[in-house]
Amino acid sequence: MDFAAIRSRLAGAEGRLYWRSLAELSDSLEFREYLHREFPEQASEWNDPKGRRSFLKLMSASLALAGVGACTRQPPEDIVPYVRQPEEIVPGRPLFFASAIPMSGIAKPVLVESHMGRPTKIEGNPEHPASAGAADAVTQAAVLGLYDPDRAQTVTYRGEVRPWSAFMGAMQSATSGQKGSKGAGLRILTEPVTSPSMAELLATILQDYPAARWHQFDAIGSDGARNGIKQAHGSAANAVYHFDKADVILSLEADFLSPSGIGSVRYTKDFADRRRVTDENKHMNRLYIVESSPTLTGAKAEHRLAIKSSEIEGFARRLASTITGQSSSAASTPAPGGQLGEKWVAAVAKDLQEHRGRSLVIAGDYQPAAVHALAHAMNQALGNIDATVTYGPAIEAQTVDQHASLAELSNAMEAGQVQLLLILGNNPAFTAPADLKFAERLAKVGLIVYHGLYHDETADLAHWNVPQTHPLEAWGDARAYDGTVTLMQPLTEPLYDAHSAYEVLTTLTTQPMRKTTEIVKDYWMRAFGAGVWTIRNAQGETFNNAEAFWRQAVHDGFISGTAALATPFAPAPKPGAAAGAPGTAAAATTTDTAQAPSDPSTPATGSAQPPAPTPTPSPAPQTAGGLELIFRPDPHVLDGRFANNGWLQEAPKPLTKLTWDTAAWISPRLAETRGLDRGDVIELRYRGLTARMPVFIVPGQPDESVTIFFGYGRRMSGRVGNPPEEARAFNAFLLRTSDAPWFGSGLEISKTGERYLLATTQDHHAMEGRYPARVATIAEYEKEPEIFKHMGGHVPPRTLTLLPEVDYKGYKWGMAIDLASCTGCGACVVACVAENNIPVVGKEQVDRNREMHWIRVDHYFTGDIDRPESLQAIHQPVPCQQCENAPCEVVCPVAATTHSSEGLNDMVYNRCVGTRYCSNNCPYKVRRFNFLLYSDWYTESYYSQRNPDVTVRSRGVMEKCTYCVQRINTARIDAKKEDRAIRDGEIVTACEATCPADAIVFGNLNDPDSRVSKLKAQHRNYGVLEDLNTRPRTTYLASLRNPNLELEPAGERTTGH
Amino acid sequence: MESTPARASGYKPPPPVIEPGHTFESVTSKISSVVLTKYQPVGWIITTLIAFMFLNLMIVSVSYLFLKGIGIWGNNVPVGWAFDIINFVWWIGIGHAGTLISAILLLLKQDWRTSINRFAEAMTLFAVACALMFPLIHTGRPWLAAYWLLPYPNGMGIWPQFRSPLIWDVFAVSTYGTVSALFWYTGLIPDLATFRDRAKHRVTRMIYGALALGWRGSARHWQRYENAYLLLAGMSTPLVLSVHTVVSFDFSIGIIPGWHTTIFPPYFVAGAIYAGFAMVLTLAIPLRRMFNFEDFITMRHLENMAKITLVTGLIVFYGYLTEVFFAYYSANQYEKYMIINRMTGPYAWSYWMLIFCNGLVPQTLWIKRLRTNPFWLFIMSLIVSIGMWLERFVIIVTSLHRDFLPSSWGMYYPTFWDFSTFFGTIGFFTTLMFLFVRVLPMISIFEVRTLLPQSKIEGAEGH
Repeated sequence: MDFAAIRSRLAGAEGRLYWRSLAELSDSLEFREYLHREFPEQASEWNDPKGRRSFLKLMSASLALAGVGACTRQPPEDIVPYVRQPEEIVPGRPLFFASAIPMSGIAKPVLVESHMGRPTKIEGNPEHPASAGAADAVTQAAVLGLYDPDRAQTVTYRGEVRPWSAFMGAMQSATSGQKGSKGAGLRILTEPVTSPSMAELLATILQDYPAARWHQFDAIGSDGARNGIKQAHGSAANAVYHFDKADVILSLEADFLSPSGIGSVRYTKDFADRRRVTDENKHMNRLYIVESSPTLTGAKAEHRLAIKSSEIEGFARRLASTITGQSSSAASTPAPGGQLGEKWVAAVAKDLQEHRGRSLVIAGDYQPAAVHALAHAMNQALGNIDATVTYGPAIEAQTVDQHASLAELSNAMEAGQVQLLLILGNNPAFTAPADLKFAERLAKVGLIVYHGLYHDETADLAHWNVPQTHPLEAWGDARAYDGTVTLMQPLTEPLYDAHSAYEVLTTLTTQPMRKTTEIVKDYWMRAFGAGVWTIRNAQGETFNNAEAFWRQAVHDGFISGTAALATPFAPAPKPGAAAGAPGTAAAATTTDTAQAPSDPSTPATGSAQPPAPTPTPSPAPQTAGGLELIFRPDPHVLDGRFANNGWLQEAPKPLTKLTWDTAAWISPRLAETRGLDRGDVIELRYRGLTARMPVFIVPGQPDESVTIFFGYGRRMSGRVGNPPEEARAFNAFLLRTSDAPWFGSGLEISKTGERYLLATTQDHHAMEGRYPARVATIAEYEKEPEIFKHMGGHVPPRTLTLLPEVDYKGYKWGMAIDLASCTGCGACVVACVAENNIPVVGKEQVDRNREMHWIRVDHYFTGDIDRPESLQAIHQPVPCQQCENAPCEVVCPVAATTHSSEGLNDMVYNRCVGTRYCSNNCPYKVRRFNFLLYSDWYTESYYSQRNPDVTVRSRGVMEKCTYCVQRINTARIDAKKEDRAIRDGEIVTACEATCPADAIVFGNLNDPDSRVSKLKAQHRNYGVLEDLNTRPRTTYLASLRNPNLELEPAGERTTGH
Repeated sequence: MESTPARASGYKPPPPVIEPGHTFESVTSKISSVVLTKYQPVGWIITTLIAFMFLNLMIVSVSYLFLKGIGIWGNNVPVGWAFDIINFVWWIGIGHAGTLISAILLLLKQDWRTSINRFAEAMTLFAVACALMFPLIHTGRPWLAAYWLLPYPNGMGIWPQFRSPLIWDVFAVSTYGTVSALFWYTGLIPDLATFRDRAKHRVTRMIYGALALGWRGSARHWQRYENAYLLLAGMSTPLVLSVHTVVSFDFSIGIIPGWHTTIFPPYFVAGAIYAGFAMVLTLAIPLRRMFNFEDFITMRHLENMAKITLVTGLIVFYGYLTEVFFAYYSANQYEKYMIINRMTGPYAWSYWMLIFCNGLVPQTLWIKRLRTNPFWLFIMSLIVSIGMWLERFVIIVTSLHRDFLPSSWGMYYPTFWDFSTFFGTIGFFTTLMFLFVRVLPMISIFEVRTLLPQSKIEGAEGH
């Protein structure tokens, strides 16, 4: 008690002071409280909203305790600490490891998020030149493949489970039989090999068995690109394109913005960078494309000429002769595409020549070698070599024509020359061209060893089956699209009895017991010492020792500066011999295919070797009548290797938004003349082969071409990928022949009268004059920067309300999405699925419009469907718009969706009772409802994949994009610990992180210097449906086009219809 | 009797509300004999059995729904609501006639109501019971929705969200259900006492006795009864207007084109009365035939109800025309598209059927010969019920399936379980209705007695 205060109060009082107690005199807080209360405890609580809540809680607690307390005893749960604490693991904190996912032998560099030893999410490796932090849909979905319960799980021999040791024994006896013939009966079939350590292992085996043969095959690889560059260069090389330096680009059916292509992540980034227009910098590149089947690249192009795939060579020839100025027979032949084609040749040639050194001609993977050679010649003539295109050494250890290689193997099998066949991955029984009869001929092979991730069609025919390790389970190395050596490190022990390709191959060597780690690390330790690899760190300095190099390389996930070096193909030094460096031993001489540049220590640079001026024309196509048949890999399941991946099956395919199935693309006019509608099953007859396909009408498809996609019709892919009975024949490989791998004429189609359900996520591709996605030409935008604001409905002024403006004091989250950058690849969709534990619902549910994706990529067409060249496509990613005036919030009866103080439209799953009113009232329809129990609660292997920071939702609950609120909160905790504000760029949403085009930017709108605030200050910024006064936090930057006025008169507006 | 002078002056009085020749005793015994007998008309047995089958279908459907989730229905995104809320609004609408007949017509002293008010009220209660099921079972997690929508003290320290029209629904419908039940029960008490007095079996007597709450028919009882009944009528009257107004807010508060319109409250109320009277006709016409009640439910009743149906039908039709006009007059592209889509889109059949059922068919009631033909009235009432169901289909499904962004447009197709739940509730309703007819007086005995000429002559002694 403060007696001094009491005395002073008494002294200071005027007149006689009456006091009740010393407490009153001291004027203590407690006493004031006592006076204030007057009535007992709870009464005054009602004046205070917080107190009222605790009162409610108390009341309900007493209700609960009196009534239903103590019903069940909780089971005891023991918490056992680590005996040895693993390094760096903090529960609740993920760790990130650099690794790579190889695709057709080529590394896609990744950064893998791992929670307590469980890899949960794949993102791009931000330091790697091939990724810069982004990853495509297919790469990201690999993490689901790791946990796939349908993976091959045990070593089997003729269907019976065997231990690994039994396999090694079998291989010992099989190889001892081959010793005498120097391995004449031994064949190894792999995917393309870029891995230096794998190449050395193969070279060693081929040294031991000089008569053995190594074949490479990849059903969706590009022999055209390989052979074309050889024609131009005289030797194998690797072309790398630099879209960030190109102002005018001509694509000859090159889908370099494809959602799953090799290198397309980096290409997309570079391409988008060159057209990143701001109010200050209005420079923009221009893309022409000549293609048959529409692609995402075609959708992004300023000008698109739709001609048959087989006519592209003619076009390229005409254009090349115009550009190089060399008169040849090509100059007089008319350009394909009629008058329009002629106009194109003139306009494109002129534009390219005006941008010498800043232009780029790129040929498509599915075009023959001649077109590639022409493209290289045009680049040479335009002075683009070493500017927009550079040539490095071939990144494959041995560059072979893969269809020829497989045909050779197939013939050898037919001739009974193959006694022991090792198939490493690839599933050739399914993917081999039909004319090779590969699956049939496998029966003539003495012993088949198949090393695959699944028990697939090839495994079914093999004797020994060795489960393959998933890329996240094993050590390894491979080269990225530009040649950078990229390291793979395991994120987990193999989940099953799986073995890497190294371990399978070592059974053929004298050291069959070597482990993968040992092989890979040993190779690079020796490489560090000497040899072809000059090892430097990112700053170009040498490392102190091999261990330091290895640690750094594994940490970074790649070895910098290795892009300019060829992969050596030489056997390892004999054990016991002095530790030799890789590549120094004598080169194997058993192949007749072209070698890597003979002296690998002096890397070939393309400019040194001028391209051949007149490339040999490709053989004249068979002059059969009928339609042209075009083959393409499926954008998501590729050649069928990802058929059992639910994320990829359910991710809508670009342009069609089709899920779970494949379809034959036909043009609207062809559909009209043949009386076909979407979902009609047709029979395709082509060179004596038949297959069936449901049709899909695609505007922009040439009238004379039918495009079909590989990857479907698999019989043995697993519970996700196995098609229903009627879809077994939807297999494009049934029609493929090895002489015409990508297109051929002579297709006949006929209607079967059957119908097949095709489930799409978007059925309506016209904007109906509503301009959710806005586009204008750069000229229009320069003239009238506000043009985009006038496209939508009238936006009500903010003052038109009696309610006070909400003041967001702290952070104010917002997002800006640049439609000029977005290519519509859909990587964001899969990123969101992986980050937010979004369930796969299946085809039937997708057909009922119940897909769960929190972000979708809307696709709109504008233009005239009968004039393919007038078609424009635009893509628009739509996550939750996080409206400030959110229509969903007011209608929820239980306050399960509420507004946060930072402007997030929060969704409280636990509170949601599932009236779906919010979804009905959402004008953007971004909310998703668990109509059934969609999350897989029963497949144990999937438990480990889930992101522990995000709830796994049950049925009956609404969900939607949260702007990755878990990432916001992680950053908030970090910032608070360090007593600072969250920095711009510290929070990266999953979709933003993976966007190859950097189209999505998230940040704090209260910070005027944040990237998102700057974007929103642009004239191109607009909100979708702002006329409803929803005040969306997600806004868009309108798309821009940079048309050539010679091909598109300024009056012809294509900004919608 | 009085017809001669009337004919001379050209005036034709309305037909009587009760056929001549009845006494107090004949009225009482005729109505109570339906209940207090061992024998049932074959029609009753067959209808009840069929209805009971459908009731079981409902039980199966709802059980399966609780096991699997809303996904067994055809609902999706964008069509988040479909049969569930259509049925809810449809049943609530049907439930309107009862209170209107009991309360508003009582206050307006329309004594013809007395022959039909009892079962119209019962119909209201059972319709509300059917309706109340849907807001609960349409939720994703009904086990939580059952009480989270109510304001009760809880450990989460959270109230319902009072800005949501669904919360207003909870209050509006539950109030309506409670008051209707009270009103109905209060009206039953004198008749329950009659049953107690006439019942032969001891158990029956005890049951009706307990339900009659000691009614002895003293003057004091009657005086209090009349006061209470009038008060309840006064309380019910605003509810007739409020319930469907609140239900219409479910839509008009939303921003979806086709929902967001100020015309909804009056248009929904008129539609509800329209649907309700149609359902009363649907029930009254077979029942009066089945139990030979033509004396009590006379042609005058049917004709009056037909007239009300015609008037409210015209209001509803006017509502449709207004919607079209405003879509044009608003110059709002979303509204415009909404109407065009209703008329020409994939669900155009539902719109034109709606116009046929609710716009054209009721116009036949201008013709007296059809208006007084029970068979036509029965057919017409069924068409109106279908029309009102379609009206909600058009409002809910057609508006939702194409809203703002063309990319998210979709289609809704009902599944087997959508239909089974709907027909199941019709079975539930019919079962309750027929059981009611069997155990309680379907026509108010004491009120019909007041219609007899004797009661007028003998004045107060009549009671």
